[in-house]
Amino acid sequence: MRRRRVSQILLGLFAGLVFLFLLLPLAVVFPISLSSASYLQFPPPGFSWQWYQRYLDDPSWIDATIRSVKVASLCTVLAMGLGVPLTFFLVRSRLPGVRVLDRLAAAPIIVPTIILSIALYGVFARLQLIGEWYGVAVAHTVLALPFVVILVSAGLRGFDEAQEQAAAGLGASWPAIIWRVTLPQLRPSLVSAAFLSFISSFDELVLAMFLSGASMTLPKKMFDNIMMEIDPTIAAVSVLQILLVAVALGLTSLFGRGALTTTITR
Amino acid sequence: MELSVKGIVRRFGPVTALGGVDLDVAEGEFLTILGPSGSGKTTLLKTVAGFEIPDEGRVLLGGEDVTLAPPRRRDVGMVFQNYALFPHMSVAQNVAFPLEMRRRPRDEVKRRVIEALRLVELEGYGDRLPRQLSGGQQQRVALARAVVFGPRLLLLDEPFGALDRKLRESLQLEVRRLQRQLRLTTLFITHDQEEALIMSDRIAVMDKGRIEQVGAPGDLYAHPATRFVADFLGESNLLDGSASAGHAAIPGFGAVPLPAGQPDGGVTLLLRPEALRIAADAAAMPCRGQGKVLETVFLGQSAKLRMALDGGGEVLARLPLRPSDPPPAREGETVAVGFAPEDLHVVPRG
Repeated sequence: MRRRRVSQILLGLFAGLVFLFLLLPLAVVFPISLSSASYLQFPPPGFSWQWYQRYLDDPSWIDATIRSVKVASLCTVLAMGLGVPLTFFLVRSRLPGVRVLDRLAAAPIIVPTIILSIALYGVFARLQLIGEWYGVAVAHTVLALPFVVILVSAGLRGFDEAQEQAAAGLGASWPAIIWRVTLPQLRPSLVSAAFLSFISSFDELVLAMFLSGASMTLPKKMFDNIMMEIDPTIAAVSVLQILLVAVALGLTSLFGRGALTTTITR
Repeated sequence: MELSVKGIVRRFGPVTALGGVDLDVAEGEFLTILGPSGSGKTTLLKTVAGFEIPDEGRVLLGGEDVTLAPPRRRDVGMVFQNYALFPHMSVAQNVAFPLEMRRRPRDEVKRRVIEALRLVELEGYGDRLPRQLSGGQQQRVALARAVVFGPRLLLLDEPFGALDRKLRESLQLEVRRLQRQLRLTTLFITHDQEEALIMSDRIAVMDKGRIEQVGAPGDLYAHPATRFVADFLGESNLLDGSASAGHAAIPGFGAVPLPAGQPDGGVTLLLRPEALRIAADAAAMPCRGQGKVLETVFLGQSAKLRMALDGGGEVLARLPLRPSDPPPAREGETVAVGFAPEDLHVVPRG
């Protein structure tokens, strides 16, 4: 009994330390974004909304933000549209060699992003896609696909295929089976996959540096800001970005788990 | 015939799962396919449902050839081993599913779902999720879903396997009642011979991808056509002897009279354990021997004895017990054992 309590306290302490480690950056960024000083200084000498104001007043920041949302949205749509059918093939196909393909689907995570960037730069330059927002979205799709494949295949492997047979026996055509029986039960995996696709694109810098040219995404703009002027605007942007991700995360847990949890407690 | 299966052959690589199966099920009949695992009964069921396409042979439903028709075109209701209820849909949505797939009008769907749930005594459970129900209730939802659209044929794939004994028995009777009430042509799959005897109009015993024998439960039990059926259905003593001049010499019992017309040569005789009597009760039996009790098992309404016969061989005897009866014999004791020759059945293909 005593021993268990001690080990629980230790585990709690450990978890607390890890959380501190995770949240400490926030504890620094958030105050700086409200700083009255005109350079990065911690702790801030006084309070001011000026850096948020500067972000909102500067069209290049707003443009970069909107562009990043567009890129991340298209990337999510592409990654899901390509990744979900691909996963069905990888999990369900009995063709020889599918196991190997399944492993290969994770390749974009393994290949250094910089290598991928250089390779894509060559291709995109020839196709005149450099500087186009949808070009960046296509490139980000390559990075997002492994998330989709890994998450959705985990969901699909845990799915009881007898249900599809049951649905077929009850008169359902295969599109109806996929739409009404299979996909609704994969919803937690699908929502997580979409969320990770969106975030991986929204936060991506390396590919954007190579491919976005003058039409910058938000991470590229932040990077340039640090290179050129270093003022607390970047902290304000970070806080806004964190809030956006937090909202997306909230939506994810709302829609991703709804299918499984809310109805149990009803 | 509502369902006719003609010469079905199904091979998986080198394995022949079904080696030429013929079967007819009449309208409103409850037919059970009984067999051990690996006998091909599930493959046969899947072939009827449309999940398997046979290599040879035909499946006819109401006279229509559906051998190549996809499952959804067959109008067959099926209850799966683990029910395969849709966990993300409520009970009512599950039951409504086959009707919605047939694009029935909304008010008809509503009415028939309520009817079907009443039929399985689950009125008022429509809004719950399958996981909120007990195993027996889930089973009944699966049944309601399988019959709600008025299928031509109901398929039940070992639907009681996951349930405890008491619940299983009550559901067996309920399924039977429902089946009679709706006059549903039913094909039932099980490896449980007791279940098969309780539920069926007829039983088809399967082994190694073939049907060994089809018949009414009582007929199959009393007159099994093959050694496999005799052994699989109920408990049995299979005695090998040789026939000559209307009698068979059986080790331990001497010469016993056989039914008229039995040709000379080797015979296999089936003697059900409940046909045997021991000690004083054996004295009145025409065929007698003696043996040592190896093991006694008390079963409540009866006792089971395993005996080694003088003259070789072992037999199993099942003796009825009244509550006031003492144990019929002690282990190690040597007692007389006997039976009446009319209880012997000559297994034609022993």
